[in-house]
Amino acid sequence: MAEANYPDDLRYHDQHDWVRLDGDDAAVFGITWYAQDTLGEVVFYEPPEVGATLTKDQPYAEVESVKAVSDVIAPMSGEVTEVNDVLSDSPEKINEGPYDEGWLVKVKLSSPQEYEALLTAAEYQKLLDR
Amino acid sequence: MTPLAEAPMQRERATTIYEKSKAGRRAAVLPDAGVPETPIEDLIPANLLRAEPPNLPEVAEPEIVRHYNRLSRRNFDLDSGFYPLGSCTMKHNPRLNERVAALPGHARLHPAQDPRRAQGALELMYLLQASLAEICGLPSVSLQPSAGSHGELAGLLLTRAYHADRGEVRTKVLAPDTSHGTNPASVTMAGYEVVKVATNQRGGVDMDDLRAKIEEDPSQIACLMLTNPNTLGLFDENIEEIAGLIHSAGGTLYYDGANLNAIMGRTRPGDMGFDIVHLNLHKSFSQPHGGGGPGAGPIAVSERIEPFLPRPQVVRREGAGGHGPRFDLDFDRPKSIGRLRGFQGNFGVFVRSYAYILSLGADGLTEASETAVLNANYLKARLAAGRAGERLPIAFDRHCMHEFVLSGRPMKKELGLATLDLAKRLLDFGFHPPTVYFPLLVDEALMVEPTETETKESLDAFADAVEEILAEAETDPEVAKNAPYSTPVRRLDEVRATRKPVVRQPLG
Repeated sequence: MAEANYPDDLRYHDQHDWVRLDGDDAAVFGITWYAQDTLGEVVFYEPPEVGATLTKDQPYAEVESVKAVSDVIAPMSGEVTEVNDVLSDSPEKINEGPYDEGWLVKVKLSSPQEYEALLTAAEYQKLLDR
Repeated sequence: MTPLAEAPMQRERATTIYEKSKAGRRAAVLPDAGVPETPIEDLIPANLLRAEPPNLPEVAEPEIVRHYNRLSRRNFDLDSGFYPLGSCTMKHNPRLNERVAALPGHARLHPAQDPRRAQGALELMYLLQASLAEICGLPSVSLQPSAGSHGELAGLLLTRAYHADRGEVRTKVLAPDTSHGTNPASVTMAGYEVVKVATNQRGGVDMDDLRAKIEEDPSQIACLMLTNPNTLGLFDENIEEIAGLIHSAGGTLYYDGANLNAIMGRTRPGDMGFDIVHLNLHKSFSQPHGGGGPGAGPIAVSERIEPFLPRPQVVRREGAGGHGPRFDLDFDRPKSIGRLRGFQGNFGVFVRSYAYILSLGADGLTEASETAVLNANYLKARLAAGRAGERLPIAFDRHCMHEFVLSGRPMKKELGLATLDLAKRLLDFGFHPPTVYFPLLVDEALMVEPTETETKESLDAFADAVEEILAEAETDPEVAKNAPYSTPVRRLDEVRATRKPVVRQPLG
C-alpha cells in the first residue's frame, strides 16, 4: 500500500496501532500505515501465544524490519484468541495490507470501555502531522 | 555526476576462493623431508582423526594473490576515503602503530609464554592499564574484555558481584532510550531486566522519568548504563545529578566508552561519578576496525569495584635485593568474577593503542578530542547552511560533541527520498555513508561522525555531495532511489538477505 491511509471505521492508539471491533467484546489489532512505513520492509513477526493476556499500553508482540526491531503495544486489554499465522511465512503482508491481510491478533476484550478513549482516524492523523 | 551505465566490477561476479579450486593445484611444493615419514595414524589416536580430508581450496599462488587483491578493491575502507560512520570513530590509524606492533618481540610473542620470559609485554600492558586509568580518572583497569559489548557484560557481572558481596540482589538496570543496542542486549544477557529511561527536549536523560523509575523501587536498581556524550552526540549536563541519584539508590554507574573520542583530556568518567567504564581501544585509540582487525574493550573501575575485576590482573611487583621491579599475572584474587577470555587479550591492539597514547601525549589526546568536536560542529553548520538545513535538519539543535544526528523526515515527506536512498547515493560520490536509522528515537536518522583526522577539504566535499544529492532529488528523486551505480554491487536485497540468508556455500 503506497499511499497513507487511515480507515474511518477503526480506532487508533498513539503508539501506532489500530483496533477493529468485532461484536461487543472482541476485536482485531494491527499496526497502522504510518507504523509499517516507518519500519520499512518487515522481515519477521513474533506473535504472542493464543491465550496470552494483553494489557493496554504494554508490548505484546515484536516486528522486525531491515531497520529495527520494535515492540507492538496493545491498544486495549484482553486475551489473544487467534494470531495471524500467515505472517510467519509472509510478514510482508504487514506492509502490503496493514488493515486487512496484515492484521496481527484477534482478542477477547477484558475492558471494552477502553475503546472510547482511543483516537479516531482524524485525531490520529492530527497526531502524525505534529 | 551522471550514473555510470555499468561499473567494470559489476560485470564480474564475486567468487569465493573455493570456486577457484582445481584438484592438484598448489601454491608451493615442499621438498622431500629426507627422513622416513611417520604415518599420521601412528601419531594421532584413531578417534581423533577425521574420516575425510578437509575440503580446502587448491589454488596456485598467482591466483590466490589476485583473488584477495580483487576482493580488497571491491571493499571501501578508511584508506580509500571519508568514512563518517556515526558511533564507530573511523579515524586514521597512524602507521607508526603498525611498525611498533610488527616488531618481532611483539608480533611473535606466544600467548602461553611464561610471564618471566614476557616481561616487556607485561610491562607494556601494565603501563597501558595505568594510562587508561588516568584517562578515565579511575584507579584500576582490566585489559581482558575484547570488545565494547564484552566490556559491558564484564561491567554488569562486576555490578552483580559488588551487590552480592554486600548481601544484596538487585534486578533492574536503567538505560536511556538513546542507548547503543548492545546496552539492553548485555543487560538481558547478564540476567537483568532493562528499564528504559526517556529522553528530554535537549536530547539528554529525562530527569523526571529517571526519578520516577528509581522511586518505583530503589532497592532493585542495580546499575545505570550511560553514554556521555550520548548517541545523539550531546553531552548530558545533568551527569552530576544523575550520578547522585543512582549512587543514593545504591546502584553502580556504567559508562559506555564508545564516545570517549569526544572528551579525552577534557573530562573524565571517573570525575563524573562513574564506577565502571569500558573503552573501545579500536575506536578512540586507533586500532584498525570494522572488518580490519580484532578489538579490545578494557574496563576501568572505581575502588569499590576493584576487588571483583577479572583475573589474572597484570601487576607490578617491586624488586628486592637490588633487583628491579618485575611484572606478573596475579591470580590471587578471591573475589574476582573470573576469566573473561582465554589468554590475556589481543596483544597487538594493546601495542598499537599504547604507541598511539605515547605518540600523542596528554596534550595530543586532548587536541584530538577538541578537533573531533570542532570538525563535527563545522560539518553540522556547513550542512545546515545548505539544502540540508530544511530537508535534513538536526534532530536536537544545540552544539554537538564529536558527532551529530540529522533527521531525514522532511526529505522523505517532501522529496520521497528516504535516508537510506541518500546514504546509497553518497557511495557514488566516493564516501562511506554515515550510520542510518540510529538512534531509534530520531525519525529517518542519519548519524555523522567525521573524526579529528579529516581535513576541512574532506568535510567540505562531503557537505557539497549532500547538497548535490538533495538538489538532484528536487528534479529527479529516481536517481537517488536507484543508487548506487558505481559500486561493485548495486542495491542489495536486504529483505531477502534477512529472511533467507545463505550463510554456507555447498562444497564440491
